Amino acid sequence: MSKPEAATPRHRRRPGRVPWFASVPALIIAALFTIGPLLVVIAMSFMTRPAQGGGVVYEFTTDAYRTFLFTKNFTGDLVFNTAYVEVFWRSIVQATITTVISFVFAFPLALWIATRSAKLQNFLVLVVTIPFWTNLLVRTYAWILVLNKDGIINQTSLALGLGPQELLYTDLASQLGLIYTFLPFMVLPLYSSLSGFDFRLAEAAYDLGARKMTVLRRVILPMAKPGIISGLLLVFMPALGAYVQPVLLGGGKVLLMGNLIASQFGDSRNWPFGAALSVISLLMLALALIGIQLWARRSGTKVSLSL
Amino acid sequence: MPTSPTIGAGRPAASVARENGLKIGQARKTFATPEGGEVRALDGVNLQIAEGEFFVMLGPSGCGKTTLLRAIAGLEILDSGEIYLGRDRLDDLPAYARPVNTVFQSYALFPHLTVAQNIAFGLEMEKLSKDDISQRVKDMMALVRLDGLADRKPSQLSGGQQQRVALARALAKQPKVLLLDEPLAALDLKLRRGMQDELRRLQRTTGITFVFVTHDQEEALSLGDRIAVFSDGLPAQVGTAEELYERPVNRFVADFIGESNFVTTALITEGDAQLVSIAGGPKVALTAPAEADADGKVTLAIRPERLVLDGSAPELAAGTLVEVIYMGTDLRVQVELADGSRLAIRVSPPFEQLQLVPGAAVQVGVQAEFLRPLAVDA
Repeated sequence: MSKPEAATPRHRRRPGRVPWFASVPALIIAALFTIGPLLVVIAMSFMTRPAQGGGVVYEFTTDAYRTFLFTKNFTGDLVFNTAYVEVFWRSIVQATITTVISFVFAFPLALWIATRSAKLQNFLVLVVTIPFWTNLLVRTYAWILVLNKDGIINQTSLALGLGPQELLYTDLASQLGLIYTFLPFMVLPLYSSLSGFDFRLAEAAYDLGARKMTVLRRVILPMAKPGIISGLLLVFMPALGAYVQPVLLGGGKVLLMGNLIASQFGDSRNWPFGAALSVISLLMLALALIGIQLWARRSGTKVSLSL
Repeated sequence: MPTSPTIGAGRPAASVARENGLKIGQARKTFATPEGGEVRALDGVNLQIAEGEFFVMLGPSGCGKTTLLRAIAGLEILDSGEIYLGRDRLDDLPAYARPVNTVFQSYALFPHLTVAQNIAFGLEMEKLSKDDISQRVKDMMALVRLDGLADRKPSQLSGGQQQRVALARALAKQPKVLLLDEPLAALDLKLRRGMQDELRRLQRTTGITFVFVTHDQEEALSLGDRIAVFSDGLPAQVGTAEELYERPVNRFVADFIGESNFVTTALITEGDAQLVSIAGGPKVALTAPAEADADGKVTLAIRPERLVLDGSAPELAAGTLVEVIYMGTDLRVQVELADGSRLAIRVSPPFEQLQLVPGAAVQVGVQAEFLRPLAVDA
């Protein structure tokens, strides 16, 4: 039996509704930890670099943004410089490769998990999340041990008479590290959309004359689309700014967006430029997301960034 | 002189079944239960379904009827046995290659496709031309009366409409056999009656063999040209609605279809005649051959509506009225016999002058042909 209505005679609220002031703590946290730092970064990108050392001078300038595309030559003229654009481009390429390969590995895995018994599914999802229990740096150092001269791969290679392989501090190692790190971020959203999939639909398609690949292409993939988009974004965005893997496994030989920005706040001591690079990458992602949202609204696909 | 046409729809003879019908031979299927045991879903089923027949598989849940349907569709692989359609062996073909389509209990409509796209799905698999497909889709939508809903998504349809889409999608493939897995179970009673009429109309107009699975005996009786009553992985009896109702072969069938009184009594043999006497009543000669069990007894199934209290049929036994329930269309009466057993009786109108009140002494009568001896359970 429900409670008699007379019990709340004056403040008749709908269940689940809270007064406005209940959201104040959440707003404060959002302001402090999300919007605040972002505003600091944006403000910093429009400030002047001090003559010596790091930090900023509170003087408005757009120099930092100009530096992204132009450089001053000996005579002091501005010359178009593609070096930083190339860094961004390389980062995009590497993030794209990471995303695509992660998807190729993650989709069959997620599909396989989603078709197991409910008990086994829970266990397998747990297995996928086990890497999260350990610090990313520790896991990346573990890769160094695997890939270095005396690592297990080189030992095997020597034993097979194939000679030593140079693996560590290469683009390949960096790429490998990225895929390893971000694979779970692809598996989880894919699994979550596939686990809700009604496999009787696959039976129906099969019954209507579709072969297995057609069932996959025409029924399973379209219905897993929200999960696929979430997965692609969840891998691509952090992979774009990845810092640990290119430095530790790639040896920092190739400059990418993440270590470029980091170096501006470190060795190069150009904080405004570092901030400007951050803002530029943020804008790029924001534009891409807006594009995806527009496309999603037009095609009626649900897009969410949750796992 | 030309012979006069036969009256009534003649049922396809068994020989036709062998030509173009569906033939299931020695079908076996065992499932492992989560507890580690085994469930024999199909226990050597033999069935012949004639071309163009509306065949119903009826039984309680877990009797194997759905497993057999899925085996015909190719969604379940038999442990052993064979399935033939005419001369073509079906059971070694994958589901997509069988000229058989299914209407699923859950409808299984593709939620990301519109009604028209759902119906077109199977046709696109056949690589038909776009014009052919759109024409066929249009025909199907008209056939199941879905006009004007082509661009809706399944989520925007009522249960009955979704049902029609599922039917259209399966029929669009022009299958030789249409399999229907409890398709009406999710609909409310009124809608279900309507869809039953619709299904019968569709089956007559298309001439396609329908194999319909249900646990609802009323639905089975009203739809099926022939009905197979399943029990424990085997058809207990196959026959027309009338055969099943009037001449059930065993207690399971008599109990599952309609209501029955079951009376176990000694079988008396006098010359060629087999007689029974119920609760000290007069001896009645059975009209159907009966078989006595080890104790010399026979079990009779007697339909409540065949028993009379107005003396219009020979006496079976005397007893006392213990319960009278007014149901509008009839009275449901319980009579206690001399030996303490009870008989359920349905009294049809007019019953006003019978003066049926609890406690009254009555004579129960029945025509001997309605005493149905059942086979001895193995």
